[in-house]
Amino acid sequence: MRVAKTFTVATLLCITACFLSKETIAQTDFDAIMMNKNQFCNGLMYNTSSWKNYWEGTLKRDNQNLGTVSTKSVMYMANYGITNNLNVMIGAPYVWTKASAGTLHGMNGIQDASLTVKWRPIVHSVGKNKLSLYLLGGISSPLNNYVIDYLPLSIGLGSTNLTGRAMLDYQYKRFTVTGSASYIVRSNVKIDRTAYYDTEGRLTNEVQMPNAAQYQLRTGYRGKYLLAEALLTNWTTLGGFDITRNNMPFPSNRMNATTVGANIKYTLKSYTNLAFLAGANLTIAGRNMGQSNSFNVGAFYAFYFKKTGKK
Amino acid sequence: MKKRILYGALLIIMMITIVVACSKSISGRTDDIPALQPAKTDIDAGAWKTVLLTSPTEFAVAAPAATTTPDYIAQVNEIKTWQQNLSTEEINSVKYWSAGAVLRWNEILRDLVAKHNLPPYQNADNTYPIPSATNPLAYPQFPFANPPYAARAYAYVSAAQYDALVAAYYYKKLYNRAAPYKVDATVTSLIPQTDLPSYPSEDAVVVGAAVELLKLLFPGDQDYIQQKAEEHKRARIISGANVRSDIEAGEALGRAVAQKFVTRARGDRAGAAVGNQAQWTQLETDAIAKGETPWYSLDLPKRPPMLPLFGKVKAFLFDSLTAISLRPPPPPSVKSDQMRKETEEVLDQIKNPTREKTAIVHFWADGVGTYTPPGHWDAIAAEDFIKKNYSEVRWARNMALLNMSLMDAAIVCWDTKYFYFNPRPTQLNPSIKTLTGIPNFPAYVSGHSTFSGAAATILSYIVPERAAAYDAMAKEASMSRLYGGIHYRSDCDMGLVVGKNVGNYAVLKGQADGAGN
Repeated sequence: MRVAKTFTVATLLCITACFLSKETIAQTDFDAIMMNKNQFCNGLMYNTSSWKNYWEGTLKRDNQNLGTVSTKSVMYMANYGITNNLNVMIGAPYVWTKASAGTLHGMNGIQDASLTVKWRPIVHSVGKNKLSLYLLGGISSPLNNYVIDYLPLSIGLGSTNLTGRAMLDYQYKRFTVTGSASYIVRSNVKIDRTAYYDTEGRLTNEVQMPNAAQYQLRTGYRGKYLLAEALLTNWTTLGGFDITRNNMPFPSNRMNATTVGANIKYTLKSYTNLAFLAGANLTIAGRNMGQSNSFNVGAFYAFYFKKTGKK
Repeated sequence: MKKRILYGALLIIMMITIVVACSKSISGRTDDIPALQPAKTDIDAGAWKTVLLTSPTEFAVAAPAATTTPDYIAQVNEIKTWQQNLSTEEINSVKYWSAGAVLRWNEILRDLVAKHNLPPYQNADNTYPIPSATNPLAYPQFPFANPPYAARAYAYVSAAQYDALVAAYYYKKLYNRAAPYKVDATVTSLIPQTDLPSYPSEDAVVVGAAVELLKLLFPGDQDYIQQKAEEHKRARIISGANVRSDIEAGEALGRAVAQKFVTRARGDRAGAAVGNQAQWTQLETDAIAKGETPWYSLDLPKRPPMLPLFGKVKAFLFDSLTAISLRPPPPPSVKSDQMRKETEEVLDQIKNPTREKTAIVHFWADGVGTYTPPGHWDAIAAEDFIKKNYSEVRWARNMALLNMSLMDAAIVCWDTKYFYFNPRPTQLNPSIKTLTGIPNFPAYVSGHSTFSGAAATILSYIVPERAAAYDAMAKEASMSRLYGGIHYRSDCDMGLVVGKNVGNYAVLKGQADGAGN
C-alpha cells in the first residue's frame, strides 16, 4: 500500500518551550515524505515541554522564582497534495504556559498560523538507492496580538517568519538519512512598552529580531506502516544579545538550542486512513533558552480524493 | 519540467523580495530630532534661584581672552581644521549632541539606570550580596539602580546641572564673548546660531556636572561616561559653537558645582538606606507589635527589603519633619473587612485580564532592567520639552524640578512603606498570580502612584496645556499596579495623593525661582 508511505507524519520539532514556543515548526516541514496528489490529511498534535534549568547567556542556572516552566500546546495541522511532488501545509497551535513557582501569571492563547509549500523537484534512483531534493518555503504569523514581552511565559515571539529550506534525503531500502538547512527571516516585533534596554537604551516599542538558521539531521527506518527516526536539531539565532546576570529574557536574545530526539509513527494496517505518532526531544545545549524536555503525541486522519469516487 | 522552473523561479523571487523588502533597522523617537534652537536665550538666568549654590559667583570663572588675541585665533583655527574634512561620523555626532545637552545626558543617565537595575543573584547560602561602591565591577555590580536609587540619581544630576548652568549664564552675560561663528565669518556653524554668549560653554557645563556626579553614582561605567563626554565636547568644537576655552571653562565650572552636590550626596543618608539584619527584623517586630501582619519578601529565596531606610534620606524640597508630615494615614488593617474586599478585587483583576489591561500593566511596569518609573516620567517630560524649544538652562531647571519631585516622592513613599510595612496582595492570598514582577518592598503606598502623582503635578505646572494628559497618565500608571495584581486599590489611590502633595512643593519652588514659565 502506498498509502502508508505517503501519509505525512506531523510531529513537532522540539525547540519547543525553551523560552519560546516553537510549536509551529511542525515536523512535516522537515521530513522527506510527500502526500500524493489529491490526498488530504489532518490531525491534532499535543505537545508538552518543560524546563527547570536554563541558560542565562551561556551560564546554566535555575530560578527559584520560576521553578519549572512548562508549555503545553494543541496544534491543528493539515497537509494537501497538489501534485505528487508539491504539497501545501497549514498549522496553528493553542498554547498554555505556566511557572510552577514564584508569582508570575501564566499565559495562554492562539499562537502563530503557518503555511508551508513543499516541493520535490528531483528524485534520482539507482537500484535500491534513492536520492531526493526538497525545497520548502513557509510563512508563519501571529493570529492575534498576544503578549510578546513577557518571557519566559509569553506564548510566542510575535514575529512573522519566512522560512526557506533545502532538504536532501537519501534512502537505501528502508533505511533513510535526511539533512536540512533553513534560513528564517524574522520580522521586527512591537512590544507594549515604549522603551527598553538591550545592549543600549532604545526609545521605541519596536524590537529588531535577528534572523535565524536551523539545521536538522535525521535517520532511521521508513517502513510501510512503521516509521522510526532519531533526530538531531540545531536552532541558531543569527545575532541578538545575551541575557545579563539575573535579568529577564527578551524576544531578541540570541536564543540557540541543540536537541536530540526520536519519533515514531504508526499507520494502522487494517485502516490506513488513521495514523498515530509520538516523539520526544531533549535539549543538550543552549543559550538564552530553557533546557527543555518535550514530548508529543498525535493522531492524523487521511482522506483520499480519487478522480473517480467522491463516496 | 516547465512547472519545475516556474515553481523554482517563484520561490526564488519570493525569497529575494522578502530579504530586500525587510529593512529591519529601528530608530528611537529622539534619534532624528532637530538641533535645539531655543525660543529665548534666557540670558538673565544668572539671577534664577539655585538649589545648593549660595550665589552664581560661588565658583569663580576667569575672564576669557579677547577674541583678537593670538590664543583665541589659534582656537578658532582648531575649529576650521576640523571643518575642512568632516567624516560622516563627526557630522552625526554634531547632529546627535545638538539636540540638547541636558536632554542627551538625561538619556545617558536613563540608559545607565536600565543597565544597572538588576537585583543581585543570591549567594550559595541563600543570603544576598550587596553591591559595593568601592568595588563596582565585581559581582554584584554597583549600583543596583532600583527606583529609589534611580530617583536620587536623576535628581542629583539634574539639580547640579541646573545650578551649574545658572552660574554659567551669569558669567555668559558678564563676559559676553560671542560664539566663534559670530567672531569669524569663515567659521561655519553646523548648528543653529544663537545670540547667547559662548563663554563658558553651556554644553561643557552640563558635561562637567554629569561626569562628576556619575563618578559617584555609576563608578563602574567611567569608560563609557568619559567617552560620551569627550564626544560631546568635540562635537561642540566641530560644530563651530565653541572654542576650546569655552569648553574648558564650562567643564571646570560644571565639575566644581557638581562637587557641592557630591558632598551633599555623601551625607544624605542614602548610603545607609540598605539597613542591616537588626533593622530588617525590627520592622517585622514593630508591625507585629501593632497587631498587623508584617510584610515578607515574595522573592525566592527571601530577599531583604529594598532600601528600608530610604525614607530617611535628605529631601531636596522640604526638611525631614515635613517629609514625615507627608506620610499618609495607615492602610486598612489586614484583618479588616475592607482589606479582605480589596484583596478580592485584586484577585478578580488577574483572573481573566483583557489584552488592553495587560498592555497597560506592561507599559507602566518599568521593572527589572528598565529606567524605572522616574526614568519613564523623565522620558515623558523630555519628549514634551523637546517641542518647547527651551534654552539649556530652562531645560535643566524643568528637569531639576521634576527629578527633585521624584526623589522626594521616593523618600516619602519609602518612609510610608516601611512605617506601615504591610503585605502585598499575593502574601495575603497566594492564588493571586501577577502580570508583572512583585517589587521587593511593602505595598502601601504604591511607588508608581506616588512617582506619577508627583510628576504629573510638577509637569502640569511646567507645561500647563498638557495637564489633563499628565493627570490621565498618572491615573493609568497608578491603576496599572492594581491590574497587574501587585497593589490594592488603596495603595494606588493614596499614592497619587501623596505624590501630588510632594509635587506641590516643587510647584512652589518653581513659582519662586525667578524663571517663570
